[in-house]
Amino acid sequence: MKIAIASGKGGTGKTTLSTNLASFLSQTNKVVLTDLDVEEPNSGLFLKSKLIHQEDKYKMIPEWNKTDCTLCGNCQDVCNYHAVIKIVDMIMVFPELCHSCYACSELCPTNSLPMKKQKIGELKQYKTDNFNFIESRLNIGEEQAVPLIKQTLDYVDKKFPDDNIYKLYDSPPGTSCPVIEATKDADFIILITEPTPFGLNDVILAIETMKELKKDFGVVINRYGIGNKDIDKYCAENNIPILAKIPNLRAIAELYSKGELLWNKIPEVKEELQKVQDFIIKLKKTTK
Amino acid sequence: MKEIVVISGKGGTGKTSITASFAVLGDRDVVIADCDVDAADMHILLQPENAQSEDFYSGELAVIDQDICTQCGKCFDVCRFEAIDVSNGIHTVDELSCEGCGYCARVCPVDAITNIPLNVGKWHIANTRFNQPFVHAKLGIGADNSGKLVAHVKNMAKEIAEKYNRPYILVDGSPGVGCPVVSSLSGAHFVVLVTEPTVSGLHDLKRVYELVHKFHIKAGCIINKSDINMNKTNEILKFLKEEDIIHLASLPYDENFTKAMTDCKTVVELKDNKLKDILTQSWEKIKKLA
Repeated sequence: MKIAIASGKGGTGKTTLSTNLASFLSQTNKVVLTDLDVEEPNSGLFLKSKLIHQEDKYKMIPEWNKTDCTLCGNCQDVCNYHAVIKIVDMIMVFPELCHSCYACSELCPTNSLPMKKQKIGELKQYKTDNFNFIESRLNIGEEQAVPLIKQTLDYVDKKFPDDNIYKLYDSPPGTSCPVIEATKDADFIILITEPTPFGLNDVILAIETMKELKKDFGVVINRYGIGNKDIDKYCAENNIPILAKIPNLRAIAELYSKGELLWNKIPEVKEELQKVQDFIIKLKKTTK
Repeated sequence: MKEIVVISGKGGTGKTSITASFAVLGDRDVVIADCDVDAADMHILLQPENAQSEDFYSGELAVIDQDICTQCGKCFDVCRFEAIDVSNGIHTVDELSCEGCGYCARVCPVDAITNIPLNVGKWHIANTRFNQPFVHAKLGIGADNSGKLVAHVKNMAKEIAEKYNRPYILVDGSPGVGCPVVSSLSGAHFVVLVTEPTVSGLHDLKRVYELVHKFHIKAGCIINKSDINMNKTNEILKFLKEEDIIHLASLPYDENFTKAMTDCKTVVELKDNKLKDILTQSWEKIKKLA
């Protein structure tokens, strides 16, 4: 069972919910938590864990080998991303623009652009007391998150093929390509938001995205009590289930600031997580 | 003309509320660009009226003409993005996976595949309720190329600033360190980093500053909700000192921050609040530093 935790807006509590839910759920179930916010991975900051595996992640980019090159310029013509350019008597490759489509390399008549590995980030697997935690981290300066997210998902699928395990995915913010990649294989999406005009605007974008992807989803409202009731109203009018409402408490903000988990210290949080857990377990039974 | 870019690494630190406040304080000196094209929010506070809207096309999408296609499978063989679906021997393109590289069309033996330009969003030139030029955009759902849309929004803002002789372009950036952020930073004269004293706030600040540093752009930092964890605030201050980042201001935790947003107003429009004075001083500093 794959559950992605996402939100349109950043800073609404994706990581708080992911880490606390993983920890809470793992008392009675098998859980793997994966941080797919590879640009700014934060889940690990809240978990006491031991590193058990680490590997570099790569993307493939062409590298010019001038020996047999006739400078025909075909590589430049076939690259839709302007990542390969012929300048006078040289072929230049711009790795940050390259999407690794292989067209220039495989269509080169003299095999002068063999594909080579380039490191884009790192994947780490940790073990906490009760569950496995996987995190990928994009190198600074590397612009494309999607290839790393994809490889991280492949790693989790391979290492944890058992569908009985609850696989939680802390997703990147927004509604563009990294979020699509992080959520498209999930069985259910939890959208977390806050009851403010920004929160409402961005959760509607996220809801539209999930509808477009034909995904089942529910909403968790964080910092409940600030702002207004517009999200309650929106969800009621559109038949969207609200799974939980995490209250706005200064104690939560303080624990969070120190990088601590909440559910074992704040009863209101535990109560709300119980609701999310009940929902997920019921969902799993009905989808079987 | 100077370009001031506000970013945060981590989302939800108050970046947009602070940028909108600077927009109000900047009055006739600024052209505003909302480059958080993925989840734009500044329009909620500035309530602009759109004067001009246009579709934005970037990249391509492969389309297979089933009348011509012989279902030979060459496209499937070359596609690195798993974007060719095969069902009952019929080949179709998965629009969300296609990255528009055009490789399939090049190898198709019967020319059944064409690449069509992709509409990835819409951009607008608008007037804020303070009668300032405001350029914003909305990326289409699941769209790629957000970096290009960001670049376009910034270029439009630049053109307007030049035409109307406005000394500053104020840019609201997006969270993260990926393509839209890189695009927001290119050409910037000064970066304002907004953070909060939490483990994740500091972690993300360090990562995004590494990117700013690569671009050799001068930076200043605003610590929001600074009194929520003084130890972390001191850690941030130490980091700023080590990296030669100017400490612009520390804002206390204040309910007015959310209250203003809930009323769809900027913080500086609320009467009698401390935040207004601090933000006004910060804006004066930023103008001098840019």
